[in-house]
Amino acid sequence: MMIPTARRISPTWAPYLFISPFLILFAVFGVFPLAFSLYLAFQTWEPTSGLAAMQYVGVDNFAFALRDEWFWKSLKNTAWLAVASGLPQHLVAIPLAYFIHSSFTRLRNGVVGAYFMPYITSTVAIAILFSSLFSTDYGLINIGLQAMCQVPVLGWFMPQDPTDWLGQPENIKPAIAIIVFWRYVGFNVVLYLAALQTIPKDIYEAATMDGASRMQQFWHITLPSLKPMIFFGVTLSVIGGLQLFEEPFILTGGRGGSDQAGMTTAIYLYRMAFDFNDFGAASAMSWLLFIVVAILTWLTNRAFRPRGPSA
Amino acid sequence: MSMKIQADRLAPWAAYLLVGVGALIMLAPFYFMFVFATHSRTEIFSLPPPLFFGDDFLTNLTILTERIPFWRNLGWSLYVALASTALTLLFCSLGGYAFALFEFRFKKLLFGLVMATLLLPSFMNMIPTFMIMDVLGWIDQPRALYIPGAASAFGIFLMRQFVAASIPRDLIEAARMDGCGEIGIYTRIVLPLLKPALGTLGLITFIASWNNFIGPLIVMRSPEMYTLPLALRSLQSPVNTEWGALMAGSAIATLPLIILFILSSRQLISGLTTGAVK
Repeated sequence: MMIPTARRISPTWAPYLFISPFLILFAVFGVFPLAFSLYLAFQTWEPTSGLAAMQYVGVDNFAFALRDEWFWKSLKNTAWLAVASGLPQHLVAIPLAYFIHSSFTRLRNGVVGAYFMPYITSTVAIAILFSSLFSTDYGLINIGLQAMCQVPVLGWFMPQDPTDWLGQPENIKPAIAIIVFWRYVGFNVVLYLAALQTIPKDIYEAATMDGASRMQQFWHITLPSLKPMIFFGVTLSVIGGLQLFEEPFILTGGRGGSDQAGMTTAIYLYRMAFDFNDFGAASAMSWLLFIVVAILTWLTNRAFRPRGPSA
Repeated sequence: MSMKIQADRLAPWAAYLLVGVGALIMLAPFYFMFVFATHSRTEIFSLPPPLFFGDDFLTNLTILTERIPFWRNLGWSLYVALASTALTLLFCSLGGYAFALFEFRFKKLLFGLVMATLLLPSFMNMIPTFMIMDVLGWIDQPRALYIPGAASAFGIFLMRQFVAASIPRDLIEAARMDGCGEIGIYTRIVLPLLKPALGTLGLITFIASWNNFIGPLIVMRSPEMYTLPLALRSLQSPVNTEWGALMAGSAIATLPLIILFILSSRQLISGLTTGAVK
C-alpha cells in the first residue's frame, strides 16, 4: 500500500491536480466562448468564408441590432412571455404550497411529485405533445374549453368559438405561456414549501390563540416570511423567462410563428447566426439581451429585497 | 365565531380538492402522450379524440423507424448521457473536494468565477460554442456534447456544498498522518462518503443531457448523429406530420425519465432546488 514518498503528490500540489481537469474544460468551454463572443460582436463574419475573413466593424453590429425592427419585436415578445408565464407561476405556487404545507401529510410527496414532474421531462417531447393538444378543431384544449362553455357562470368566461392557438399571432404567446407555466409551477411550489418549513409553528399557534383566522395568518405571517423566497423565485423566473427558446422554437417550427409573434430574442439570435449567417450581429444581440437580463435581475433585486443590511 | 370555525373546518377539504384537481391537470398531458402514442394520426385528429389506449403503438413504431434512424438516435442519447454523467461525476467530485477542503492560491477568485457562470444565460455561449466545435472538427461528434457538459458549475457547487457539510477536515488529516496518499484519500475516503451526492448529481446530469436540445441543435448536423430530441423535432413538418409516430417517439423519450423520477423523486427534487433552498 505504501507508495515511495518521492512519487507521492504533496498536499500542496494535490488541489491543483484535482481541480485542473474541471478548470481546463471550464476555461475552454465556459470562459473562452464568452470572451470570444464579445470579440465577435465587434466583427463581421460569415461561417462560409473561414476564420481569417473576420473584419473589425466597431459598434456596427450593435447599431444594426438597435435599428432592427425584428430585434425589438423579439424583445417585446420575450418580455411579454416572461411576465405572462412568470407571474402566474408565483401567484399559483404560493397558495398551492401553503395548502400542501398545511393540509397534506401522508400524500404530500406524491402530490409534490405530480406538480414537479413536468420540470424534469424533455421540453421537446412536451412541446410536440402540446402542439397537438392546441390543435384548433381536434385539440383537447379547445374541446375542454367548449365543454366548459356549457357550464353556467364559468361559460361566460370561455371563448364561444374554437381558438386558433398556433395559427393566429395573438394566440401564440398565450399558448407558449401556458406550457411554460405548466412546466415550471411545480419547481416554484417546491421552493415555497422549503421556505414554509422554516417558519416556526408556534407563531401560528400563538396567532390561533389570539383568534386569527387562517386567511389572516396567511396574510400576516406566511406572506411576509416568504418575502426572501419570493424575491429569489421571481428572479429565477425573470432570468429563465428571458432565455425562453425551446418551447416557442418547437411550437413555431423554428421560425417564430406567423407574424413572428412567437419569436423570442434567443430564437432570433439563433436564426441571425444559423439561418441568416450573420454571426457578428447575433453575438451583439446576445450581449444586448444579456444586459437586459442583468438590469432586470438588478431591478427585481431592488424591488423585493427587504430594507436594511439583514438581507 | 361558529361561522369561522366552520370555515376553518371546510378549508382543508377545499384545499384537498384544489390541490388534487391541480395535480390531475399537471399529470394529464403525460397521460395523453401515452394514449396518443397508441393511436394512428387519423384517430388522434378525430372527434372526439381518443381518451383511452388504442392498439397502434407498433404501427407507430414502424413508421418512426422508417422515417428516422430512431434506434441509433436513442443509442446516441443514451451514450452521450452516460458519458456526460461519468465525466461530470469524476471532474466535479475532484474539483468540489479541492474547493471544499484545500487551501490554494486564487481559490476564492476561481470559485467566485465558477459560481458567476451559474446564472449566465445559456444563449450566451450558443454561437461561440458552435465556432469552437467547428474549429476542433467536433461537428457531428458526440464528444462535442459530453465534454463541454462535464464543466458543470452546478456540479462543482453541489459537490463543494456536500463535501464541506459531510466530510470532516480531521478525517482527512488523520488519513494523511497514517501515510495515506492524496489520491488514496480521494478514492478511499472522499468518494465513498460522497455517494449520496454523486447519486443526485448523476441523476441530474443524466436527465439534463437526455433532454438537451440546444446543444445537439448546434453541433449535430446529420440525422444519423441526432440525439432523440433533435430527431423527434425533425419529424415535425408543416404538412403531413406523422402525429402517432411522433407521440410514440416522445413517449419512449419520456418514459425513462418518469421511471427515474418515480424511483428517486425526493432526491431529485432536493438536488434540483438545492442552490435555491440553501
